[in-house]
Amino acid sequence: MKRILLALVGTVAGLAALLSFKTHSGLTGGAALPAASLPSSAPSSTSGGASAPSSSAPPKPGQSSAAKTIAGQAIQTRYGVVQVQIVVSGQKIQNASFLQLTADDPRSAEINSQAGPILLQQTLSAQSSQIDGVSGATYTSDGYLQSLQSALDQAGIK
Amino acid sequence: MRAGASTRRVVHCMGTVFSFDVRAPGVNDAVLDDAAWLLHEIDETFSTYREGSEISRLGRGELRLADCSPDVRLVLDECERYRRITGGYFSADAGGSLDPSGYVKGWAIERVSNLLTDAGATSHSVNGGGDVQCVGDAGVGTPWRIGIADPRAAGKIATVVAGTGFAVATSGVEQRGAHILDPHTGQPARGLLSLTIVGAHLTEADVYATAGFAMGRQAREWVQSLTGYQAFAVTEDGGTWSVN
Repeated sequence: MKRILLALVGTVAGLAALLSFKTHSGLTGGAALPAASLPSSAPSSTSGGASAPSSSAPPKPGQSSAAKTIAGQAIQTRYGVVQVQIVVSGQKIQNASFLQLTADDPRSAEINSQAGPILLQQTLSAQSSQIDGVSGATYTSDGYLQSLQSALDQAGIK
Repeated sequence: MRAGASTRRVVHCMGTVFSFDVRAPGVNDAVLDDAAWLLHEIDETFSTYREGSEISRLGRGELRLADCSPDVRLVLDECERYRRITGGYFSADAGGSLDPSGYVKGWAIERVSNLLTDAGATSHSVNGGGDVQCVGDAGVGTPWRIGIADPRAAGKIATVVAGTGFAVATSGVEQRGAHILDPHTGQPARGLLSLTIVGAHLTEADVYATAGFAMGRQAREWVQSLTGYQAFAVTEDGGTWSVN
C-alpha cells in the first residue's frame, strides 16, 4: 500500500459524538469557545456496521464544480470502522475527512485555566465538526490508510 | 465548516501530506502554488531519500558544509543548537547518519505559514503530517481548535488545543511505527505513546516534541522547565499528563 499520511483538516463529515464538554471561565484572549453550539448529546456514529451513514457535510464554498467526492472503503479495525472521504479536483485532494469512525465512550475531565492556547481536557470524537484539524498520528492508522488508499485508487490519483 | 469561508490545498511531499487551510482574508491560488512549490524545494534540498539532495551528498562526503546552501547550513546549525539545548535528545543523526528531517518538517511548515502570512492570509493553518501551525483565528472571534489524536484508540481525540495563533506538534509511536530513536541508546524511545507540545512557533515545538518523546518518562520534568510551552502526553501504561 502506498504510504500516505493524510492530514485531516476542517470540515469533517457529520457523526459528531460530542459526549462531554465543560467550559471554563478562564479562557482568555476574548476568544470564547462556541460552547453554546455544542450539542449536549449528539447521535453517536455507527460503531458496529460498515455501512455508510446518511449524514453529509454541507457543500464547501470555493469548491470547484469539477470537484468529486469519493468515499473510501469502510475498514474494520480493532477499534471499529474507519471510512475516509476525499474531495478531489483533478489530481489534487482538496479535502479529506472521516465518514465513519469508532464512537467514543464518554469521559470527562477538568479544563485547565490558562492563557494562550489551552489544552482542553475533554473527550470527543475526532469526527466532531468542532475541530479544525488534528495533531498526532493515530488517524494515520492502518485502517485509515487502507480506506484512504481505496479512495485515491477510485479517484485515479497516483 | 465551522466558521467563515476557507480555501484548502493538500500537498504530498516529504513522505507525508501537508494541508493549507486559509480562512478570510483569503489568498489567490498562485500563493498556494508558491507555498506548495516551497515545500517541494525544501524536499529537494533536504530529502535523505533523494540521492542527489544536498543533505545526501553532504552525508556521503561529496559536498563540504561550506559549499552547501545557506538553508542547509542554517538548518544544521539549528540542529546542533537544539542538540545542546535538549541534552542530546534531539539529534540530526540519531539513526547513525545525517538526517535533519526532524527539524526540517516543522521548519518547512513554519516557512509556508510565514509565506501565507506575508501574502495577506492573516488567518490560516498549515498541517504537515499532524504538526500544525495556526495563525490568527479560525473565524471572527473563533479560535482554532486542534484535536490531539489519542494513540490508545484510532479515531479518538484525547484532548483539544484551542487558541489564537499557536503551534502544536505531536510525536508518537504510531506514525510510521516506533520511529523516534533515543539518540543515547539508538533504540526506539520508550515510556510515552505520544507527546504533544504547544507553543508559539512550530519549528521549536516540533523539535521539543521529538526530544521530549525520546526522553520518555523524564519528559514531564523537562517540559516543566520550558517557558512558553504547554504539553500533553499519553504514557505507555495508558495514563495521561499535561503541563500548562
